[in-house]
Amino acid sequence: MFGKLTLNAIPLDVPIIMVTLGVIACASIAILAALTYFRLWRPLWTNWITSVDHKNIGIMYIFLALVMLLRGFADALMMRSQQALASTGGTGYLPPEHYDQIFTAHGVIMIFFMAMPFIVGLMNLVVPLQIGARDVAFPYLNSFSFWLTVAGAMLVNVSLGIGEFARTGWLAYPPLSEAAYSPGVGVDYYIWALQTSGLGTLLSGVNLITTILKMRAPGMTLMRMPVFTWTSLCANMLIVAAFPVLTATLAMLSLDRTLGMHFFTNDGGGNPMMYINLIWIWGHPEVYILVLPCFGIFSEVVATFAGKRLFGYKSMVYATVCITILSFTVWLHHFFTMGSGADVNAVFGISTMLISIPTGVKIFNWLFTMYRGRVRMSAPMLWTMGFLVTFPVGGLTGVLLAIPASDFVLHNSLFLVAHFHNVIIGGVVFGCMAGLNYWFPKAFGFKLDERLGKLSALCWFVGFFITFVPLYAVGLMGMTRRLNHFNNPVWHVYMLVAMAGAVIILCGIVATLAQIAVSIRNRKALADLTGDPWGARTLEWAVSSPAPFYNFAAMPPITDRDAFWEMKLRGLAHRPPSQLHRIHMPRNTGTGFILSVLAGVLGFALVWNIWWLAGASFAAAVAVAITHSFDENRDYYVPSEQVASIESAYFKQLTVQV
Amino acid sequence: MSVLTAGSQRDLVDAVSHDEHLDDGSKTTLGFWIYLMSDCILFAALFATFVVMRGQTAGGPSGRDLFDLPYVAVETGCLLVSSFTYGMAMIAAHRNRRAATLGWLALTMAMGLGFMGLELHEFAKLIADGSGPDRSGFLSAFFTLVGTHGLHVTSGMIWMGVMMAHLLRRGLTQANLTRLACLSLFWHFLDIVWIGVFTVVYLVGVA
Repeated sequence: MFGKLTLNAIPLDVPIIMVTLGVIACASIAILAALTYFRLWRPLWTNWITSVDHKNIGIMYIFLALVMLLRGFADALMMRSQQALASTGGTGYLPPEHYDQIFTAHGVIMIFFMAMPFIVGLMNLVVPLQIGARDVAFPYLNSFSFWLTVAGAMLVNVSLGIGEFARTGWLAYPPLSEAAYSPGVGVDYYIWALQTSGLGTLLSGVNLITTILKMRAPGMTLMRMPVFTWTSLCANMLIVAAFPVLTATLAMLSLDRTLGMHFFTNDGGGNPMMYINLIWIWGHPEVYILVLPCFGIFSEVVATFAGKRLFGYKSMVYATVCITILSFTVWLHHFFTMGSGADVNAVFGISTMLISIPTGVKIFNWLFTMYRGRVRMSAPMLWTMGFLVTFPVGGLTGVLLAIPASDFVLHNSLFLVAHFHNVIIGGVVFGCMAGLNYWFPKAFGFKLDERLGKLSALCWFVGFFITFVPLYAVGLMGMTRRLNHFNNPVWHVYMLVAMAGAVIILCGIVATLAQIAVSIRNRKALADLTGDPWGARTLEWAVSSPAPFYNFAAMPPITDRDAFWEMKLRGLAHRPPSQLHRIHMPRNTGTGFILSVLAGVLGFALVWNIWWLAGASFAAAVAVAITHSFDENRDYYVPSEQVASIESAYFKQLTVQV
Repeated sequence: MSVLTAGSQRDLVDAVSHDEHLDDGSKTTLGFWIYLMSDCILFAALFATFVVMRGQTAGGPSGRDLFDLPYVAVETGCLLVSSFTYGMAMIAAHRNRRAATLGWLALTMAMGLGFMGLELHEFAKLIADGSGPDRSGFLSAFFTLVGTHGLHVTSGMIWMGVMMAHLLRRGLTQANLTRLACLSLFWHFLDIVWIGVFTVVYLVGVA
């Protein structure tokens, strides 16, 4: 009846998990009670869950990312403290089978359910506004994509309380991840969580590419697009090109596990190296999917806060495109040590080093943009400065690792761990935080508190170096990654310092949460009445903050890059349009949410081999999708009077402000 | 409202541009095309895996022992003809002939069913002979590549059934023409993938 699922799946004997579950249960009950008490269920359903507005969906993506950041960072703290406690011969407090789940969950959560939703959320929130579109090309699909991501995240979280998570590391290399060596449900949770959210990511990639290619304002040629839109376009092309490979690879792994096939097994003609090649053909572009949009964010922030045009716009675009293409030519550098031979290693080593050239071009473009500008050190700019210092260090250690000979020494060491945290924290996290601080007013109508924002940036910056410089050092001394306990007094000191660094990063996270809370409290004082709180250059700042749900009542023809800056120079900004027309809008729909709930149930059923439930939820999902296709009542018009009253309220606000 | 009538107007294009969202189908078709390209990469991964796995028979049968080319040629014929009949359905749709469109779609579906019947029969025979997907790496890759294509054809036929219901309900509206065009892309795409399967799996397999 319930497949492999029994009551034994709940880890009653592991106090850490049971306490965590207790806290989560209490928090959930409190939230549900609050929703009921304040009668928020209906607004939650109509304004958020069924919303197809790209801005709401973007906000929900970022909310998900912040929640998952807390979960993933809790894992990081546990790992750091375990290694600090268990580096002089003790066993620490986390037994190996639990510790292995923690480092796997940390990687999976941080990449798939923190960084990806953050990036996709920012792209959703900003891209349509930057190109002067009303929404994305397929709003209903967008809602579906988001909720699929949530369903995937929920599967990871359910694994905490029911069953276990994978103990294989974040890419689940076979043969370890095969049924013979990982007979539990952990790897199945991993597979179905990623399949569910991966489908969401792929569909959102299709959506954003179509949006950027087909819905730009009149006059906005490709070479007039803001750089963030350019980097989003390239990142989404990478998504569409790379994610199917992940889907195929994980599907083959699950066929091995459930139907006894022999793709990656040790016996029966299987080839584990095939998996490792395939997963990195997806995995390396994934790195650029995350970091390219962040490069776009830094470009917008630098140009805005230096008060200058971005230096070298064209070279920035070409560098982005180069990185997009090169990202598919380097995957083998993740396994130089696996015997491809010197010639193959040399090719991939050189192609890896080549990527540092366009990236270097970008770094200089940002520096030259600041050169002789009047740089305002606001919170988004502070994150950007942190990035400009931190990221090149990670890039340089990356070039070290790209040399096959040195990689043979450094492979799988903490040097590698420090390297990729250096680029992902220094690039992606700093970029997302810069973006959060920069676009928050556009989403909510008030700025974030500056002092706490700066404090957060400072804590992350300092904490990052204190955590990871020791890891670089012990990596060079030969410490491998994923050690549960060891006995080396020399490394112990480094582990203690790294632990202290993680606590400083924790202060940074707390500062961000406090920043959001304080800003909500002081939202009157921090209100952005003009829609342009930073003196910015791109179109999203041409409308009120928060942007009206239809985005633009009228669209000026775009005549140059930095369209809004141009409008301000020509005195065309903030001009009320002469004539207002009704606006065509998509209707909200709960179908995406319902389909995703069914997808989550399907994933759970497949994890536990509850075949009847899998069949039923799949059939139900197909039926819901088909029924939705018969719903012809999908759009409506906002009457021009309503547009007029919203717009005139904004212009009244503007005149008061001036 | 008064504040809205003030100001210089000539530079402002009015909101009519938003009516672009009354989709003429071009966005949907482009989006669907991009999705198809991602599907193409999914197949590329499976093809690559198949080529790597081709020799990994683990002492079991190889393609030469298993494949029956004339049988597969009939299967291939079914799918190629179904692409032709789908093309006829599109022509009929553009001439605004609903009954003819429905007829050609039904014929396409019949050919698709024939193809799937032949494929499933082949699979069943292999499994009964002890050459199932768990026999060797080669057979895992074979079943997965061919089966993934078969799953696509099956979902294409389900879609075709829904499409026919849409046509019966609303006729050849703009929305339905867009849907027909997308399904057409999908169906011909599967045909092209099958030509790859026929060549790489079967022709090379018995060579």
